[in-house]
Amino acid sequence: MPGRTNSYDAIVIGGGHNGLVTAAYLARAGRRVLVLERREVLGGAAVSEEVFPGFTFSVFSYVVSLLRPEIIRELDLPAHGLQILPLESTLTPLPNGDYLAAWADPDLNRRELYRHSPKDAEAYDEFGRLMHHMAMAVKPILNMVPPDPTSLSPKELLSLAKLGKHFRDLGSERFSALFKLMTMSSADYLDEWFECEPLKATKSASGIIGTFLGPRSPGTAYVLLHHYMGEIDGAFRAWGFAKGGAGGISEAIASAARGFGAEIKTQADVEQVIVKRGRAAGVALADGTEVSAKLVVSSLDPHLTFLRLLEPGHLPEDLVEGVKRYRFRGSSGKVNLALSELPNFTCLPGRGPHLRGAISISPSVDYLERAYDDAKYGHYSRRPYMDIIIPSMIDPGMAPLGQHVMSIFVQYAPYDLNDGWNDQAREAFGETVIDTLADYAPNLKSSILHRQVLTPKDIEDMVGLTQGNIFQGELALQQLFFLRPLPQWAKYRTPVRGYYQCGSGTHPGGGVMGASGRLAALEILKDGSRWPK
Amino acid sequence: MLKVTPFHPRTSALAQGQAWRRWAGYTVLSAYALHHEPEYAAIRNSAALIDVSPLYKYVIRGPDAERLLNRVLPRELTKLKLHQVMYTPWCDGAGKVIDDGTVSRLGPDTFRLTSADPNLRWLSQNAVGMDVGIEDVSERTAALALQGPTSRAILNELCDGDVTQLRFFRLAVATIDSVPVTISRTGYTGDLGYEIWLDREQALTVWDAIMDAGRPFGMCPAGIHALDIARIEAGLLMIDIDYVSAHRALIEAQKSSPFELDLGWTVDLGKPSFVGRTALADEAARPPLWRLRGIAVDWDSLERLYAAVGLPPTLPSVAWRTSVPVLVEGGGVQVGYATSGCWSPLLKQYIALAHLEAAYSEPGTPLALEVTVEHRRRPAAARVVSLPFLDLERKRA
Repeated sequence: MPGRTNSYDAIVIGGGHNGLVTAAYLARAGRRVLVLERREVLGGAAVSEEVFPGFTFSVFSYVVSLLRPEIIRELDLPAHGLQILPLESTLTPLPNGDYLAAWADPDLNRRELYRHSPKDAEAYDEFGRLMHHMAMAVKPILNMVPPDPTSLSPKELLSLAKLGKHFRDLGSERFSALFKLMTMSSADYLDEWFECEPLKATKSASGIIGTFLGPRSPGTAYVLLHHYMGEIDGAFRAWGFAKGGAGGISEAIASAARGFGAEIKTQADVEQVIVKRGRAAGVALADGTEVSAKLVVSSLDPHLTFLRLLEPGHLPEDLVEGVKRYRFRGSSGKVNLALSELPNFTCLPGRGPHLRGAISISPSVDYLERAYDDAKYGHYSRRPYMDIIIPSMIDPGMAPLGQHVMSIFVQYAPYDLNDGWNDQAREAFGETVIDTLADYAPNLKSSILHRQVLTPKDIEDMVGLTQGNIFQGELALQQLFFLRPLPQWAKYRTPVRGYYQCGSGTHPGGGVMGASGRLAALEILKDGSRWPK
Repeated sequence: MLKVTPFHPRTSALAQGQAWRRWAGYTVLSAYALHHEPEYAAIRNSAALIDVSPLYKYVIRGPDAERLLNRVLPRELTKLKLHQVMYTPWCDGAGKVIDDGTVSRLGPDTFRLTSADPNLRWLSQNAVGMDVGIEDVSERTAALALQGPTSRAILNELCDGDVTQLRFFRLAVATIDSVPVTISRTGYTGDLGYEIWLDREQALTVWDAIMDAGRPFGMCPAGIHALDIARIEAGLLMIDIDYVSAHRALIEAQKSSPFELDLGWTVDLGKPSFVGRTALADEAARPPLWRLRGIAVDWDSLERLYAAVGLPPTLPSVAWRTSVPVLVEGGGVQVGYATSGCWSPLLKQYIALAHLEAAYSEPGTPLALEVTVEHRRRPAAARVVSLPFLDLERKRA
């Protein structure tokens, strides 16, 4: 790239979905943008790869619920190929040969729940309505740049006052409910509503995904809310599967960014951000190339953004300490299977609509908590929680005709395994996953053609996510909103002028949401007048 | 699959147009014939047999059964005599209507409550510390409505017991073709009629017996379309259509008090305590903001609106269930909304149930109902009518 010195307005480091979203918004505003991705595929953890010939996998992230509708509209992603297909159900097979299914149809769902608990069947709707209100209460925060609660500047105070009014307007009943959600464990919270174990377990599982917490750990109730969030955006049946896999989302965003004029380069490994006179001036690649730009945006996690891409001297010491304290603690793994035939579940034999939805191995809250107990002491769960989908049932293009791909999200697999992760530990972990699932679908073992087992260490090595945390840092209360990633640095800026953050490690973070990338871009554009000419 | 009612083997065999619809998780027929009008005519002229099994039914039994019901219902339960039935709404703590249905005293300490929505959890929550059993018998209990002027004669042919003496809102224990049933003189049509409650295992025997006995009296099975017209004429509310349950409402404005639904007569403030009493007593002390009323459209006005585009008046043949603006006379400012309406084949009037701002709710007040004439919204002259539109003497006689 010689001869193009200073020709870019902005360089975005990392071609994950947030980096691409930031790039697209900056390019849309007329800026010259360059995205640099280390890997040969775009998407970061939202990629589709043909891991085995004919079998395409959403290797890491595998479902979409929270991709902000305004991003889909503003970037016109459907015109760039984005299509979200519905996930119709959740099946929780039980050790006793029965199952609990959650169906999209309210009548069917009610009838199924009634079979387990008539009272829960009624409580379910009421719970859903409360969650709807709670999600309405929290939703504005998703689209808000976090205010600094310690600042006395009029702008910050105004922003805080608006937030205060928003919560006052909830009324005492809903405010109390929100307070409970913010402080309780998901298991305790759900205990207040339901008696059916598999229901409580399957719901509480959504409160622990991607955290190193158990269903009985305080603070997990809040994460339940994220699951209702997508549903209030007019995105009915918000849980879905992107056509072509998770990579379909990244490809659509990349295509939109290119359409706005952004340049995207893969196999471009950024080694360092070049800082000149206290200002970001460009990046240095691993191959020695240097590219200059008026500003640099990192979509990587806070650890990489601050401690690896920058010379330590550019940062105040308290920030360095803060980043070191910021919790990653990857807790999940992924098993991707190529199958010669569909799994045949003992509880619901044969091919059926349940295979087009999610399958959750979460028979009871105790089961999940025991899975966590193993992880607390450095072991992967001997009987893990799993969230499974069969993408080829939804998008037949993912596997050869008649054959299938299965995506298994597995928790807990602690990053800090006793004795560390190695090939042997990885394969044993894979065996545990397959053994657990085979208890419910006995034909599984004989139908496996290929398997890919990914530990948190593998996730870190492959896509760079520190400690393999899928959210670029735990979605725990102490790391959210104006604390994400760090107090004082939650507004996408950094102590280095012209150097910004836009990854999932910033507010609101988590999931294939894109909100961090969008909010970062909007903040960067606000600073436009201060860009060097 | 949706659930099917205990009568499904019979009803499905008679479904000429396969016009199935949902009701409380069951599949039921909108109409048996290809058009519902003969079924409506049967309700008013001979008799119609309607499968109402999807209703929720609870048997409440035990020393505290009356206490529980007196706590959750705004009506005075101690006045409910053995084998008597009451219509009643019930409210949440803020005095907003959750649901409505009937309560029957089957024995000294045994009641049956029917409802449109599931209420097991609500009843259980209110029964804490009481010596009472609440049994959900919804699936176990089959229910048929036999409605229309000849219904009494048909039952008389069928039953061993003497049902001819059965008074309005009373019930009797009887047998039909040796099957034990309870028969209540209740219904959702505003006509002479009965509802028959029985164990689902015997459903087909009873269906067959009633069909046989009814034939000479011009009885036919009727679906929801016919029932809907009859209940609008009778001014009877339907949950989710004419009001939103306080348990389902997403915002306060969607909820209604009994006073706002013209059900103030069911609120017995003489009772020292029941759920919602404090709020209802406050509300009773001031004039309500909303009233539920009938709206009758002026036919000449409607004709003129259609004539203006060269058309004769056209109306939907089935009852509608959408929110339609009610405006001041001549159109313009909105002062209410109609929630269900239909052409009444008997009254030869276009009628609707409407929520009106109290200031516009006096019977006789001229208003306008928004109608869509050839894709354009027009105000059709209408006036406020007190409910019911149709008050038949034979209903009570």
